[in-house]
Amino acid sequence: MAKLKGYQIFWECLLKEGVDLIFGYPGGAVINLYDEMVNYPQIRHILTRHEQGAIHAADGYARSTGRPGVAIVTSGPGATNTVTGIATAYMDSSPLVVFTGQVPTALIGNDAFQEADIVGITRPCTKHNFLVKSTQELARIIREAFYIATTGRPGPVLVDMPKDVIVGEAEFEYPEKVHIRGYHPSTRGHPQQVRKAAQLIAKAKRPLIYAGGGIIISSAHKELRGLAELTHTPVSLTLMGLGGFPGDHPLFLGMLGMHGTYVANMAITHCDLIIAIGARFDDRVTGKLDAFAPKARDERAGGLGIVHVDVDPTSISKNVEVNVPIVGDAKNILSQMLEVLKTMDVDWEGQHSGWLAQLKEWDSQHPLQYSYSEKVIKPQYVIEKLYEVTQGEAIVTTEVGQNQMWAALFYRYKRPRQFITSGGLGTMGFGFPAAIGAQLGNPDALVIDIAGDGSFQMNIQELATVVQYNIPVKVVILNNGYLGMVRQWQELFFDRKYSQTDISVQPDFVKVAEAYGIKGYRLEDPKDVEPLLKSLVKMKEAVIVDVVVDREECVFPMVPAGAAVSNMLLDKPTTEKNGEELKRLLPLNFPS
Amino acid sequence: MTQEQDIRRHTIALLVENKPGVMARIAGLFSSKDYNIHSLSVGETMDPSVSRMTIVTSGHPLVLEQIVKQLRRLIDVIKVVDLTATGEKFVDREMVLLKVNAKGEARAEAMRITDIFRGKIVDVSPETFVIEITGDEGKIQAAIELLKPCGIRELVRTGKVAVMRGPKSLKLA
Repeated sequence: MAKLKGYQIFWECLLKEGVDLIFGYPGGAVINLYDEMVNYPQIRHILTRHEQGAIHAADGYARSTGRPGVAIVTSGPGATNTVTGIATAYMDSSPLVVFTGQVPTALIGNDAFQEADIVGITRPCTKHNFLVKSTQELARIIREAFYIATTGRPGPVLVDMPKDVIVGEAEFEYPEKVHIRGYHPSTRGHPQQVRKAAQLIAKAKRPLIYAGGGIIISSAHKELRGLAELTHTPVSLTLMGLGGFPGDHPLFLGMLGMHGTYVANMAITHCDLIIAIGARFDDRVTGKLDAFAPKARDERAGGLGIVHVDVDPTSISKNVEVNVPIVGDAKNILSQMLEVLKTMDVDWEGQHSGWLAQLKEWDSQHPLQYSYSEKVIKPQYVIEKLYEVTQGEAIVTTEVGQNQMWAALFYRYKRPRQFITSGGLGTMGFGFPAAIGAQLGNPDALVIDIAGDGSFQMNIQELATVVQYNIPVKVVILNNGYLGMVRQWQELFFDRKYSQTDISVQPDFVKVAEAYGIKGYRLEDPKDVEPLLKSLVKMKEAVIVDVVVDREECVFPMVPAGAAVSNMLLDKPTTEKNGEELKRLLPLNFPS
Repeated sequence: MTQEQDIRRHTIALLVENKPGVMARIAGLFSSKDYNIHSLSVGETMDPSVSRMTIVTSGHPLVLEQIVKQLRRLIDVIKVVDLTATGEKFVDREMVLLKVNAKGEARAEAMRITDIFRGKIVDVSPETFVIEITGDEGKIQAAIELLKPCGIRELVRTGKVAVMRGPKSLKLA
């Protein structure tokens, strides 16, 4: 068998894994890998301008394509700069394989130049990580890294490669099969549990499907739609689940939780059965736990409890006790469930018509809305128009905060992998590099980063990447000169004391665009919004649109942190009475 | 509220990969999730690539369930059995080494107590004994209490090891 150098084994392995695109940033510890890279033209390398940008871009690629995102960085600061990106991917179960250089094994622990214990640092925010001790084990570890990252509940895996491992020599054999004795993700659901779940579904008078990112990861959207339509059961999605069920479907109630729709939060409060699929009862969804889904969880009042489908057993009964847990892949389990349900003799439509009518009434009482203005641009209006001019077809990435919530609420996503956002970690600066990755993974798609002026500045350096590789992403900045979501909390809960949230000292984003050699536009008049967005979607290059929006617009509905989700603020408290009402809603442990 | 009231103590047995970093993963899991850890002991098995660990932890039943699931989720953890939760009987033992004063009256007293607990004096000096006692938690605790009046200068405990009674055993697959 031929002996190869570590740096050759590395690229051979990536070829075997079918990798054709990686993101990275070179440095001393990985210089040999970069030197060898020129012999592998099949693999395209995107040089970002910061390692964090590389990881988010790989993440955006992964989320938009379903394939693992791959990044390579050097040791020390190169590696530590990836940590936020890795933690972001970890919280949202995104498959990444991150390769870091490391000082030679003989120097590890010596405080050598550009040394950081990245395996130790990333242990709690990776699905798994490896320190490669010899060139011999490099191929096996890379194989295992891809396998672990992409199977079960996906997640980031880090492979730390000391320089002597990279330049060392070993026989190259790529293992055909992976055998890890401590890792056996389950795929199919236990048939008996599936039957139990089906029986509960057949019994329910007011069922609700609460689905999350697991639908998208397992490509279970068709089965989810099948389940909802067969049983006439309404669907609410988490932030991570958006796109997993058509946003314009009559059974869709919108997002639930802290900034969920009125009807979705009323539905979860009043339903008698929750069918949770690929979601993890996050605090932003449940609000005050004791008051979460009180009817479904009260057996004496006829509640049927919770069915929970998830590939990760630790997600089940973590925050909320579940009656029928089903561990496995959502797509498999939903098709198993559909088979059982189809054999049942139930008048689904009749059984749920009262419930659906009630939901309709709630929705018409408090639909998702905002007040349009002719004087100042409302951020919601921008998203609404974006939805119209793109006909709901764009891939949307977001930053974090108000821009993210408006993008979640006012754009209706048709299909999975269309909405890309940092849900779990809530990483500002994610959206722009993620858009780069999404665009490279979907060259023909229209990719739009819905940004805030604060978040965009956190990875603004990636404009150079966009220019270098002609990546035609569109950045739409909802510019309110504030860290808007924090300001909103300060307005509502801290007597309008805007401590350190005014960021109106900012660059001229149009000039920034021009400085990088791309086009920039500023919008200040509501009537200019639609015409510009119409031409924007036709542009074939990267563009920044700086939309000057109403500075003090808030995201509503809003459930104050720690309150029950049925306690929604639907508008700003304008009267004394509303203010009192607000104080009453606030729990003692606020804020969290 | 209910979580605070219903706290149980469980003994968990694990088979893990015998390689560097595995202890750190497990210790890190307990600290990052704020789980209690009363004792942890680890040693190689018949198969040198596998280590066996015994962890004594406590928490609300839901938390204990999470602990087991979270341990199983670690790639380097091959097998996890919550011995207490299985309802099976198991033997658990701990060893303690005590350096006690052994001058004057204390010398005879320390020897007597060691005898009662079927312990061993493994080191003798004019001033001190080192006493080795093995047993379950109650026995160790009782021995410590009784030796206190002699004056305990140093105390080292191994943490609990446990194995199921009868023919059942913890196997890799």
